[in-house]
Amino acid sequence: MARKLPSADVVLVGFGWTGAILGQELTDAGLQVVAIERGSWRDTPTDFAVTFAQDELRYYWRHALFQQPARETLTFRNNATETALPMRRLGSFLPGTGVGGAGIHWNGMTFRFLPSDFIAKSHNTERYGADAVPADMTIQDWGVTYDELEPYYDKFEYLCGIAGKAGNIKGKIQDGGNPFEGARSRDYPTPPMDMVYGPTLFANAAKELGHRPFPGPSANMSRAYTNPLGAQLAPCTYCGFCEKYGCGNYSKASAQTTILPVLLRKDNFELRTESEVTRVNLDASGKRAVSVTYVDAQGQEYEQPGELIILCAYQLHNVRLLLLSGIGTPYDSATGLGVVGRNYAYQITSSVDVFFDDKIINPFIGAGSLGMIVDEFNGDNFDHTGLGFIGGGYIAGWNTNGRPIETHRTPQGVPRWGEKWKRAVAENYLKSFSLATHGAVMSHRANALDLDPTYRDILGRPLMRMTFDFTDNEHRMSDYLTDRAAEIAKAMRPREMKVTKRTGSYSIVPYQTTHNTGGAIMGTDPKSSAINRYLQSWDVPNVFVMGSTAFPQNPGYNPTGTVGALAYWAADAIKTQYMKNPGPLVQA
Amino acid sequence: MAPHDISRRNILSAGLVVGSASALGHLPSESKTIAGEMPWAPGVANAPEPITPDGYQFVSPDEAAFIDAAISRLIPADELGAGAREAGVATFIDRQLAGSFGAAETWYMQGPWGEGSKSQGYQTRLTPAQLYRAAIKAIDEHCHATFSGKSFAELAPAQQDQVLTGLEKGEIKLKSAEAVTFFETLLQNTIEGFFSDPIYGGNREMAGWKLIGFPGARYDYRPYVAKHGEKLNLPPVGIKGRAEWTPRG
Repeated sequence: MARKLPSADVVLVGFGWTGAILGQELTDAGLQVVAIERGSWRDTPTDFAVTFAQDELRYYWRHALFQQPARETLTFRNNATETALPMRRLGSFLPGTGVGGAGIHWNGMTFRFLPSDFIAKSHNTERYGADAVPADMTIQDWGVTYDELEPYYDKFEYLCGIAGKAGNIKGKIQDGGNPFEGARSRDYPTPPMDMVYGPTLFANAAKELGHRPFPGPSANMSRAYTNPLGAQLAPCTYCGFCEKYGCGNYSKASAQTTILPVLLRKDNFELRTESEVTRVNLDASGKRAVSVTYVDAQGQEYEQPGELIILCAYQLHNVRLLLLSGIGTPYDSATGLGVVGRNYAYQITSSVDVFFDDKIINPFIGAGSLGMIVDEFNGDNFDHTGLGFIGGGYIAGWNTNGRPIETHRTPQGVPRWGEKWKRAVAENYLKSFSLATHGAVMSHRANALDLDPTYRDILGRPLMRMTFDFTDNEHRMSDYLTDRAAEIAKAMRPREMKVTKRTGSYSIVPYQTTHNTGGAIMGTDPKSSAINRYLQSWDVPNVFVMGSTAFPQNPGYNPTGTVGALAYWAADAIKTQYMKNPGPLVQA
Repeated sequence: MAPHDISRRNILSAGLVVGSASALGHLPSESKTIAGEMPWAPGVANAPEPITPDGYQFVSPDEAAFIDAAISRLIPADELGAGAREAGVATFIDRQLAGSFGAAETWYMQGPWGEGSKSQGYQTRLTPAQLYRAAIKAIDEHCHATFSGKSFAELAPAQQDQVLTGLEKGEIKLKSAEAVTFFETLLQNTIEGFFSDPIYGGNREMAGWKLIGFPGARYDYRPYVAKHGEKLNLPPVGIKGRAEWTPRG
């Protein structure tokens, strides 16, 4: 029997980036906010202190900071003819658990999406004709525009202290920035990071080919920064332990380093850790959420009532909680009807390794978002006529790390072990570099999330089932992007290079990227979206859903900048519209 | 999470209970209500636990002989320096198998069990510790039958390479374990042991890091960022520092 707790104005489910933003904004508005987080408390000096943060085995390979499949995982299949099987250990993506969520172990790459990304359907059909979007490609416009989100991108970037160089301020193109980006109201809060050798060689080669490379926008601090809340971040020390690690040095923006020192001191905020929300409870009408049920570490159930319930968990968990709670109609890929689980998407990556005889790269001098970017082939920055695909991605010369278990490049044809392998690793470790492509995935009718009929989590709830594969659009796009990356690699004049294109089906095994999107997408029509343009459930208007869950398809950039912007956008709508008149902010 | 992590966590938690006492009253010890302050307690951290170096905790003498021989072929000693054996990788693997990794503590290990496609990943019901145990026994049986009564460790290096290649390619079938899965686990663990921090038993004297020029668990490279293309020759540092830093006797 669940113990019933006193009601709160707002209940936040999950306490990572979006939970912290919503908590800060809504307590500012005077609301009593309770955040419920399944994982434990953790912080810089205690859990990834600078004296032991640089531990590759513990944090990456033994997953110290990640979600544990033993508690909760998902099942996976490439298509509906297969039987989905559990992801028994993490691989392709690494969701977090605990306070700060995956925002603890991210790299810090903080992009904005292109204005045309937000109108992908109408933009592509207008430019290339209706045939450019095949019937099974279920892309949509977002229902929010770049211009509407701009102030909220700005707010998130200034919260984080993003280091970068603007390419477009109020319509005026700026030298050294990304000339393709949407107009910004002002420059980044801090200048770009100091560039190391590998990205510099990459950028020089890209310029030779006529591209306009720019520094990757970075949540690793290029200098000390005090954010608008008064939280202080320290200059990055280029230690090369960002993604998959917590920063020991207060140099990477996270909920802990930017918001929590302020939020936790407020008397109208409370955080409960190691408490897993199992469902959102609706009233008899099914149109109003009344509470959440959660289970603590001892297995005791609690019911936490609230006026407003905001799902702030990772994308996959938000979708699962909607399905488990019966909020919104589950999507059925056979009929194409329903919304929850629809338009799951991912990203497609590839690489080109370069090996030098004479250039010492020193890969270990790195940071999560340290690198140079070529954006000529992202989104609709180039003419797709005759190419057979839409969308694109960026080509990057990142220098994220030289962590040797993960990063020990060997040239084409070198065996995977033995004397020749050892020699090749020793000869090439300091003198190799990698170009990465980071490509969009368009949504597709068959790529979806639903509840698995067989497998259960540790609490006995059905696991989510992921059905996903790359389509022809992704393969053509990624091949095109990889060819362009290989041209830049060649212009770097290495001794040799290794081009790794993406072939065949998506596999859940090798790490690719923790950029899962969709499943409860935003939009303008309740028949094809689960939430409206303010991230509010069409079906249960006192439920809002944060995160990349809302992305109708996955553009060719890292998602966190847009996740942060959408959280501020939704928070603003709650404060300025919903609080005055609780109910649907958009009439269906 | 290893048991010692949990106990440290509890010590930490006990120190950080702050804020509204009334809210805390009805919640059990592990789940926390945090309000009013950033939790912090002096002198406690969820630090890693170094292994104790002597002997084996999980593997039997026969298994140790196999691992020693196999890792010597995967990363051999040569004129460039120590191989996996010399770097203590057998001890590393033993401790990993004796701990939470060996028990697949964080993996989803509920049935039903299906074979699955390559895209669906690891589907064997064996934990890593069980996988090593079953596979090593089966490989030695294979070697006894194929090489006139010799175990893997007794074979000539070229024959050992032949067996390892057969496992890698799935050409050798093992009775009670999947050969490719075992080979991939062994190779991954060997590379982990060669390049991970010495506190876990491998990378002895930082042999793996010295081989490639990785300076180890350093946290500040700012003085070197602008030194494009320069060989820095920074001596490696582990989480526990460097041998030279520890006074002897």
